[in-house]
Amino acid sequence: MTPMAATRSSAPAGERSPLLSMSHVDKVFGRDVVALRDMTLDVGQGDFISLLGPSGCGKSTALRLIAGLSHPTSGSIRWAQDRVDGDLSVVLQEPTLMPWATVAQNVWLPFRLQGRRFRAVRDEILEALKLVGLEKFQNAYPRELSGGMKMRVSIARALVTRPRLMLMDEPFAALDEITRFKLNNDILAMREKIGCTVIFVTHSVFESVFLSDRIVIMAARPGRVIRELRVGEPYPRTEVFRTSSDYAAQCRAASEALKEAMGAHDDH
Amino acid sequence: MTTTDETLGQDGRLQPATAPAIAADTEEMARLRRRRAEKIGQWVLPALVVVLTIFAWDRIVVINEIPHYILPRPGLVAKTLIEDWPILFDSLLVTLQITMGALAIAVLGGVGLAVLFTQSRWIEMSFFPYAVILQVTPIVSIAPLIFIYVDSKIAGLLICAWIVAFFPILSNTTLGLNSADHNLRDLFKVYGANRWQRLRFLQLPSALPYFLGGLRIAGGLSLIGAVVAEYVAGTGGIGSGLAFRILEAGYRLNIPRMFAALLLIALTGIVIFASLSFLSHMLLRKWHESAIKRET
Ligand SMILES: Nc1ncnc2c1ncn2[C@@H]1O[C@H](COP(=O)(O)OP(=O)(O)OP(=O)(O)O)[C@@H](O)[C@H]1O
Ligand SMILES: [Mg+2]
Repeated sequence: MTPMAATRSSAPAGERSPLLSMSHVDKVFGRDVVALRDMTLDVGQGDFISLLGPSGCGKSTALRLIAGLSHPTSGSIRWAQDRVDGDLSVVLQEPTLMPWATVAQNVWLPFRLQGRRFRAVRDEILEALKLVGLEKFQNAYPRELSGGMKMRVSIARALVTRPRLMLMDEPFAALDEITRFKLNNDILAMREKIGCTVIFVTHSVFESVFLSDRIVIMAARPGRVIRELRVGEPYPRTEVFRTSSDYAAQCRAASEALKEAMGAHDDH
Repeated sequence: MTTTDETLGQDGRLQPATAPAIAADTEEMARLRRRRAEKIGQWVLPALVVVLTIFAWDRIVVINEIPHYILPRPGLVAKTLIEDWPILFDSLLVTLQITMGALAIAVLGGVGLAVLFTQSRWIEMSFFPYAVILQVTPIVSIAPLIFIYVDSKIAGLLICAWIVAFFPILSNTTLGLNSADHNLRDLFKVYGANRWQRLRFLQLPSALPYFLGGLRIAGGLSLIGAVVAEYVAGTGGIGSGLAFRILEAGYRLNIPRMFAALLLIALTGIVIFASLSFLSHMLLRKWHESAIKRET
């Protein structure tokens, strides 16, 4: 059983086999900056989860905890099966490319750090670049690319290992609306192809509804989960969904929930 | 390079559009002319200044009837340079040898220490003060001691030149190793990079521009270090460099030869700087801001 095959599941969100679970996670910076309080989240295989909330509500903190870049002050984060190399990848808000390396060499990075030679993984690299439509630019340097193209390279690098879980921290926040729509479509297409689980941090209600099947709404001070919404629309989703009345209704519901989150007071 | 007005080439690289608007043509021509003029001026102007300076020097000597043992005419310096070439060239080789040797050790030592420092804060805390002390203490005050403790004159010269040259490399490289993008660091961590991989694939490339900046300074400094050390080492017979020739010519009031040796030292410094700048350009031209000409 390959990891790719295992992650794609037709079961409805919430009934899929578990991939990772956060239980009662607190994260406190310094003495009293509570970035995250009592966060519990079960991530199922094949979920597309959006973390939606105002600035400072701990979305990035949650992502960093899942990525293992920082550790919970209390509570635990567990993978259902042992994590192996290439199971996890991240896309950050900035493309974060190595300026001294070509596009193909940048995409090679996760493999390179596993000790695999370029020649051995060349096909995978080209495949990933093809998925984001940049195979012609494999020998270009990052400075020769536009912002949207750099982000595509960053996404190609994240999916080249066919990860089981992909973490994305506001990857499109710095891009214009048109590029953002295009990349939203690309992300969904890419997920159809490699079928990974995604946790996607965003400020945008529209983006979260279009992309995800679970929207986790968070509030700030202290950062915490307020509620979770589900978007029933089956994948693959296309531009048709973006203009449907169902989409509009879902966006309205998410906006309401977000407004509630922004107004919510800490009752502890 | 911007992505406007460009089309996709066959090899996938961006290429300038072939048919620019006619209205923009005259403006474009003016810009090109300006750029060409700038390029020519870059070489012609400094050359002109040099020629004028030499001419003025010659006139001053002639008009004021300054004797050649105080200030020789430029022509006499050139003549001496040619006549004394065998002696001066041998000395030049010696000085060059010391300079290059010291620079090589400075690169090894500076980069090596910098890497060590970034691997362990404890080592950095323990040894950085010594590096600073070596740097701030004038070399002329340490050199005599070195020549007492070190038997080999060549080794002594090398040590002196090294002390002067290694600090810019050490401090620049340390800075460079520590200024790797923090997002990239996170990425490396997520992908399970070990210490060595982080150093090799992230920190060293990030440090390269900083290192090369330090190297350019160190190149000049190692020449200065070599010359100063030769002065201190004095008239020690074998293996006499250019500084020794200057000292010697000074005792004999052979001022033209002093000037000839001085000229050689200055030229050596210029050549070192130019070749290190060229090296830096070649290594960075593909990706670093400092070496990229952006098309506007
Ligand atoms: N390393 C840190 N040290 C101290 N405080 C931190 C640190 N990282 C985050 N915080 C605090 O934790 C809280 C949550 O930060 P986080 O970056 O997770 O928010 P966010 O939801 O990602 O916000 P944004 O949408 O603006 O990116 C903030 O109040 C922030 O000040
Ligand atoms: Mg954030």
